[in-house]
Amino acid sequence: MSAQSMDQRDRPTGYLPEGADINRNIAARRLRGAIWQAIFVSSLIIGLLALATLIYTIVDDTFGYIAVQTKVDPEELTGGRPLEELSKEELIEILRANVSAGLFRRFDRDEPFSERSKESVLQLVEERVVGREVVAAYKLTESLLERERIEATVRERFPRAKLEFHSWINREFLTRPMSSVPILAGVGNAILGSLWVIAITMLLAIPIGILGGVYLEEYASDTWYYRLIETNINNLAGVPSIIYGILGLAVFVRALESFTSGAMFGVTDSNGRTILSAGLTMALLVLPLMIINAREAIRAVPQSLRQASYGLGATKWQTVWHHVLPNALPGILTGTILSASRAMGETAPLIVIGASTFVVFFPDSVFDKFTVIPIQIYNWTSQPGAQFRSIAAAAIIVLLVTLLALNATAILLRNRLRRNY
Amino acid sequence: MEQEARVAVERSTPLSISPINLRGKPRFGENVIEIIVFICGAISIFTTTAIVIVLFQEAWMFFGSPEVDLVEFFGTTTWQPETGRFGIWPLMTSTLITSIIALMVAVPLGLGAAIYLSEYASPQARGYLKPILEVLAGVPTVVYGYFALTFVTPVILQGLLGKENVEIYNMLSAGLTMGIMILPLVASMSEDALSAVPRALREGAYGLGATRLETSLRIVVPAALSGILAAVIVAMSRAVGETMIVALAAGAGPRFTFNPLQAAETMTGHIARISGGDISYASIQYTSIFAIALVLFFMTLLLNLLSGWVASRFREVYE
Repeated sequence: MSAQSMDQRDRPTGYLPEGADINRNIAARRLRGAIWQAIFVSSLIIGLLALATLIYTIVDDTFGYIAVQTKVDPEELTGGRPLEELSKEELIEILRANVSAGLFRRFDRDEPFSERSKESVLQLVEERVVGREVVAAYKLTESLLERERIEATVRERFPRAKLEFHSWINREFLTRPMSSVPILAGVGNAILGSLWVIAITMLLAIPIGILGGVYLEEYASDTWYYRLIETNINNLAGVPSIIYGILGLAVFVRALESFTSGAMFGVTDSNGRTILSAGLTMALLVLPLMIINAREAIRAVPQSLRQASYGLGATKWQTVWHHVLPNALPGILTGTILSASRAMGETAPLIVIGASTFVVFFPDSVFDKFTVIPIQIYNWTSQPGAQFRSIAAAAIIVLLVTLLALNATAILLRNRLRRNY
Repeated sequence: MEQEARVAVERSTPLSISPINLRGKPRFGENVIEIIVFICGAISIFTTTAIVIVLFQEAWMFFGSPEVDLVEFFGTTTWQPETGRFGIWPLMTSTLITSIIALMVAVPLGLGAAIYLSEYASPQARGYLKPILEVLAGVPTVVYGYFALTFVTPVILQGLLGKENVEIYNMLSAGLTMGIMILPLVASMSEDALSAVPRALREGAYGLGATRLETSLRIVVPAALSGILAAVIVAMSRAVGETMIVALAAGAGPRFTFNPLQAAETMTGHIARISGGDISYASIQYTSIFAIALVLFFMTLLLNLLSGWVASRFREVYE
């Protein structure tokens, strides 16, 4: 635009450069072209830079030095053996000897010691007796570049503390449940919660989504209700996810509480804010996506296949079931995986229907309270303190790696199963 | 018609061979399947209907309660459920401010990236640049929220503008991060529109001696303008409905301010915060989030319809 106005300002309309002017004109236009090309490239580079910075921030928060201080030296408790090597009974004895009798009884009441796993007792001992406490945490960049300064600060401020390099993402982090102490917290139950929710979501969304796509592509004729459904699905895909949360809150959590809380089936200790409600809400959310993807896959199946099938006397459903769907399968699978990864990362609707931020037990039925990985990330990010930020970053890595794996599978499947007609 | 067909078959069949009675086979299942398939397609209608009914029902209760009236709701600038003051403007302005900041980031960058990908990049470069942009689009929004709060605000904004000038929670950082989130959407939708412009138009421009830049900006972009506009409107709708980034980074508490360096809660952020706590279903706070959601729903619906209308109304059709 500016180029145009400049041309018009300088010269009368219809002017054609002559002689040396031609070269000057061309040089100026080439320069302008080069400058704008640089601008276009840099806007792409800014996008890539943002992605790189995002990854850097996450990694920076996930690894780094921590200064650990213990109330009691674990070596003193066990006489030199590491805690992990002790048997469950020995650990219970240590616990009994070092906490008050009332607290010990409370632990037993929460979950009898005879039924607890060794890991759970070990966690209690570490939490209550050893009292491992992280007094300071540092980022990866600091840890690598300013080691001396960190060591000096820690020596000065926490003389008893030990400085160690810590990866916030580790095996314990992946298996442990939520805890209010960052170093003891984990995403174990959040991972399980995510899997439960995705399972219910996809159990509903896959069949309904595919059959919905079949209806729109194979069965529907161009009637007013077909156009209504089509427009409606396209608009639903653009509805903000939090609106689905509101819908889930009013319908699944409240109106259908007796069903989603399991009261109908004899579960008593629950309200409507369960895995089932979350799965149903998410199913509604990904359904438009599933249908749109299934439609595209079905549309890509060539018409000649259908005609051949009809020509051999197959009925409509036989044609769809034996020819259209198998040939559309790669596309449908890709769409399914993409929908699943959408459901996996979605946070807002689950906050609205009331995912609990503090659940310490592992869910074992659809009528349980739940938490999922994105909710934990939200919760930990909104807490003050560097350590919460570090476990948020570790949880983000878990989530991103899962999503990346899902998407890579989708691409791989698409390439492996693709057929050319 | 079936009758006629059968009559035709009977007439044309030689008398000595009795025709196979195809009508004898019951095809009851086909009809059942057709009904099932139709229901699966129509479930989306139920979703929409349920959304509209739920939102209107609860919003009706909200506006029916004595503390609230419609004029106050759309006419005043204080949102304090505790004192019974419900003016939606503080939530609305922060929603609009964060969205506009996001668009100011996403539209120029997204369009620039799209022009580069469609007009300048070699097929190989496009082959590995597009998937990277898609990765950016696949990152869950809660991760962007974390990014806004732990990087954009403390490192970039407080680093550039000074700690005392920028609040920890502020609309600018939420808006900027949202812009990065929406960038791939704008880029890929615009790129689709640009690539759809027929090659002949470009060749014509080159034939008249235009440079690549002149071809891109004066021929291809105007020809693809409807698609690009549609992308911008869809991006706006995404920004308005985005929740996690603003819930984490924009602030927790409605405030009527136009200063993007201050904290102010958006509509989505407010819904998330209020419903995240344990509220009683009978309270006016519970019904108030439905009223906000209703406004939000219509804003995004309007934007989405507008986008579709722009795309079809101003489309240049070639052959």
